[in-house]
Amino acid sequence: MTEIVLSTRRLDKNFGSLVVARNIELNLPKGARYALIGPNGAGKTTLINLMTGMLKPNAGQIFLGGEDVTALEPQERVRRGLARTFQINTLFPGLNALEAVTLAVCERRNIAGEFWRNVAVHREAIEEAHDILAKLRLGDSCYQITRELPYGRQRLLEIALALATKPKVLLLDEPAAGVPQEESGEVFEAVASLSDDLTLLFIEHDMHVVFRFASHIIVLVSGAIFTEGSPAAIAADPGVREVYLGKRKHG
Amino acid sequence: MVPTDTISAPQLYLQSLSRWSATEIAFWLATLLPFFLFPNYLSLASQIAITALFALSLDLILGYAGVVSLGHAAFFGIGAYAAGLFSKFVWGEPISGLLVAALLAGLAGYATSFIICRFRHLTLIMLTLGLGLLAFEVANSAHWLTGGSDGLQGVRIWPLFGIFKFDLYGYTAYSYSLAVLFLFFLGMRRLVHSPFGLALRGIRENLVRMPAIGAASRAHIRKAYTIAAAVAGIAGALLTQTTESAALESISFQRSADVLVMLVLGGAGRLYGGLIGAIIFMIARDQFSGIAPQYWYFWIGILLIVVVMLLPNGILGGLSKIFARWSRK
Repeated sequence: MTEIVLSTRRLDKNFGSLVVARNIELNLPKGARYALIGPNGAGKTTLINLMTGMLKPNAGQIFLGGEDVTALEPQERVRRGLARTFQINTLFPGLNALEAVTLAVCERRNIAGEFWRNVAVHREAIEEAHDILAKLRLGDSCYQITRELPYGRQRLLEIALALATKPKVLLLDEPAAGVPQEESGEVFEAVASLSDDLTLLFIEHDMHVVFRFASHIIVLVSGAIFTEGSPAAIAADPGVREVYLGKRKHG
Repeated sequence: MVPTDTISAPQLYLQSLSRWSATEIAFWLATLLPFFLFPNYLSLASQIAITALFALSLDLILGYAGVVSLGHAAFFGIGAYAAGLFSKFVWGEPISGLLVAALLAGLAGYATSFIICRFRHLTLIMLTLGLGLLAFEVANSAHWLTGGSDGLQGVRIWPLFGIFKFDLYGYTAYSYSLAVLFLFFLGMRRLVHSPFGLALRGIRENLVRMPAIGAASRAHIRKAYTIAAAVAGIAGALLTQTTESAALESISFQRSADVLVMLVLGGAGRLYGGLIGAIIFMIARDQFSGIAPQYWYFWIGILLIVVVMLLPNGILGGLSKIFARWSRK
């Protein structure tokens, strides 16, 4: 059996009486391409927030590479190899792409606290940042200030920032959200071209994209895992169809 | 040094950001003009240099890290009193006085930074305001030590390097203040182009993203706040040493508010904003208070309103926008 790199055990989270995560048991094997789907309000982003530490669970545990990280701060989990992107652009609007990714690389290399030397002396860090940008085809616009980048490129920069942390596990929250359909392929091609060693979990609404890129699908409804399985099994599941067509009651 | 032929384009680009421009060199050459053109105003020039250093220290936390403070004068005041007391009870050698002031103000900054780094926005403004008021009242009530509202008596500063006396005309004062300002400006300029400077801009631009790239933002904020406090302390010490007195005014809310106004006028987050703001503010105060001593803030008020309404990034921000538009044509 392949090694499990990220898992959750009986994860619970509620905001008052609203349950947003219920008894979530999740196992991501190394190199996985998992899709997390479910209707709006099912708790998909909440689950990412719980795994990355941006929310604290009410109960349950999160394991990263066998280590219990439930009590760790988000940045400590990132340093152990768990990165994420955001559904709504969460970038550095006033920095250009090169500066932003260089910053992320400097943080990972533990040189971001260095205040007595020009950042330009760190050739390897800068080149690493530039390579990441070039791989995502952002090389030619890396000097452009983030807020002036076209929206599609900002979505790619989201991924570039996450990659700069050299993650083992990458959680992508609707990487192509808001990108016109004809361009969303470009974002997912970029995702598909990532290293096979990298374990991926992505949230996506477009079922064509899900069935094309995912090797395994998890369906989340009302904060709980409704079912999971291979794309073929999920496509044939009448229960999933009902959930999406709204015959079942859900939040 | 890295040989030039192995430097990559992105590295060259980042290097070019910290290159000295002709305008910058002209600016620093112009700071020498008062010696020749306005020898009667050297004391004012010295005060401007000191205020500019104070504004520069606020720019580090406000302009770069986005940490708003309404109590920055606490560190200026700690530095001012530290330098005064040091000269009174230990010795009057000015450079060691500066170091002691920096150390004490830096320590105070480090201690309070643990609270500061946890908050943002209105809470942070109120916190820094509260801490500033506390510092003022401590200085006010410790009459036995600070002289309270009478000011600290008995400050005696030895000649600089044992040679240059602090004269009435302000030759030594301005030379000394300007040299210290320039030195710390160089350090600050280095800092904002460093990896740490980049991290501070990251905090200002998006605090939510920072942990997601593995950054310990709070540690960065604590460090920046400590540095800013130490530099503010140096500015306060300079004021004490060049005027041979320390007053409650140095630790007052008014001073915290004034320096914030200067930074906003000049343009925060661009190093020179605080310097330009200090020059405009101090000269305006000198001129307007000559016309109507009680009402000079009226004009500062108008200036502030006009600038924030028309030039959201301050005078320097406006100028650079005009320059960019002009050079594009």
